Amino acid sequence: MAKISIKDLKFFYGSNEVIHGISLDIAANEILALIGPANSGITTLLRSINRLYELTPGARMEGEITLDGDDINASSVSITELRRKVGMVFDIPTPLPLSIFDNVAYGPRLSGNTNKQDLMVIVEKSLRLAAVWDDVKDRLSEAASSLSGGQQQRLCIARVLALEPEVILLDRPCSGLDPISTTKLEGSLEELKKDYTIVIAPHNTQQAVRVSDSVAFLLMGDLIEAGPTSEVFVTPKDTRTSDYITGRFG
Amino acid sequence: MNTNDKTIEKIAKAIIWSAALFVLVILTAIIAYILAKGLPILNWGFLTQIPRNMGRSGGISSTIVGTLMVTAVALVIAIPFGIGTAFYLAEYTKESWATRLMRFSAESLAGIPSIVYGLFGFIFFVISLNMKWSVLSGGLTLSFMILPTIIRTSEEAIRSVPTTYREVSFSLGATKWQTISKAVFPSALRGITNGVILSIGRCIAETAAVILTAGTALKMPTSIFSPTRTMAVHFYILAREGISMENAYGTAALLIILIFLINVVANAAVNRLMEKGR
Repeated sequence: MAKISIKDLKFFYGSNEVIHGISLDIAANEILALIGPANSGITTLLRSINRLYELTPGARMEGEITLDGDDINASSVSITELRRKVGMVFDIPTPLPLSIFDNVAYGPRLSGNTNKQDLMVIVEKSLRLAAVWDDVKDRLSEAASSLSGGQQQRLCIARVLALEPEVILLDRPCSGLDPISTTKLEGSLEELKKDYTIVIAPHNTQQAVRVSDSVAFLLMGDLIEAGPTSEVFVTPKDTRTSDYITGRFG
Repeated sequence: MNTNDKTIEKIAKAIIWSAALFVLVILTAIIAYILAKGLPILNWGFLTQIPRNMGRSGGISSTIVGTLMVTAVALVIAIPFGIGTAFYLAEYTKESWATRLMRFSAESLAGIPSIVYGLFGFIFFVISLNMKWSVLSGGLTLSFMILPTIIRTSEEAIRSVPTTYREVSFSLGATKWQTISKAVFPSALRGITNGVILSIGRCIAETAAVILTAGTALKMPTSIFSPTRTMAVHFYILAREGISMENAYGTAALLIILIFLINVVANAAVNRLMEKGR
């Protein structure tokens, strides 16, 4: 069974339909890359998987998204639990104005974990997984904003990992990062997919090739093509896909 | 840059520098004058004795206590209601006629002369609710007076917290209240504190509103139901009725020192709280 199953998803901002009926299955422990030019609905699609779109006034989805077979919009679903299961990393590093430690401990504390030693274990484990522990281990009480952009973004990944999620959504996580930080971050993703299902909006198609197992190409709110990365990039079925990945538009 | 541009640069610089210098001279002159006249009066006895002979002799201890009590009552009421309303306006409601009405009233109330609050407090608290001239009547009146300031500065501070903080907090599984108390409030704290400090200053310095509601009694207030005279009112009466200019300056000097201390202490407290962040 697919980890996440999207069925006939339509999405509206007010009366403006931005996603026109997408169906897509995401398998467990794979990295799916959502590629496509700007305004294709990629960020919106990501935000509908953890229902973060609900913060935007006038935003509305139709269709169904299931996580392990359960409808995420069912009234029995706790939205806070859903968001703990489906963590999100944003396109720019978004440390909260707290210390490094408090940023990573933010999620666990919300669910009532206040034991300092427990938190320390979780924080260290998460920072190690995100490959940023060595950079920050001696300065955990310093402000998170004192870190470099790349370190901040890996801190944000650690903050999501501390939730012990099942799915991680990454919305162009490397757009503000230098090449070295990008390489480090991509390296962590390879490690992480052993335990997590990852949906990433890469910041370019090369990154999709480097990190993803499968890829979905969206254009203007339509899903054009989806499949294993090796197939889509080598033998695209749709001419629009080949035009996009060869850089003829977008 | 051609010569013309350079001349304009120089003129602009000169105007801005002289404006700042002018203000600096005026402000320091006022403070220096009052401190020069007032500091020699200040001594332990002046601070610890109650006024005798209408304030001609003795100290001003009861007016210090009265000022602090009235201000404390005002803050205890105005801070929770003001900050609560600000969070309601900024986070818990959509724009509607009700929020516009609330904001319009707050803005209008912020601009009206304090004597109007005094008159309202006199009629409502002192007479209608029969609270008489008391710390409580004065404090409640002042709380109404500073509410608009606290609401407006707090709402602005809350709105200036980046949206990403809220999104991040929600995305980590926070409820609305957790987001507000753990991500938004700490970031808005400095702005909110600025509004509160401003309000404390206005409470301590207020005369018209408290003279009508707290009274002018010189006895040491023993409870919030006692009438009292605040330092600013004491200063006003001493100077206005020519009772003792020396003691008036002594009171004024202490007022300045008190407001200065509150600024320093409150800012230091916020800085300590904020140290971890940013």
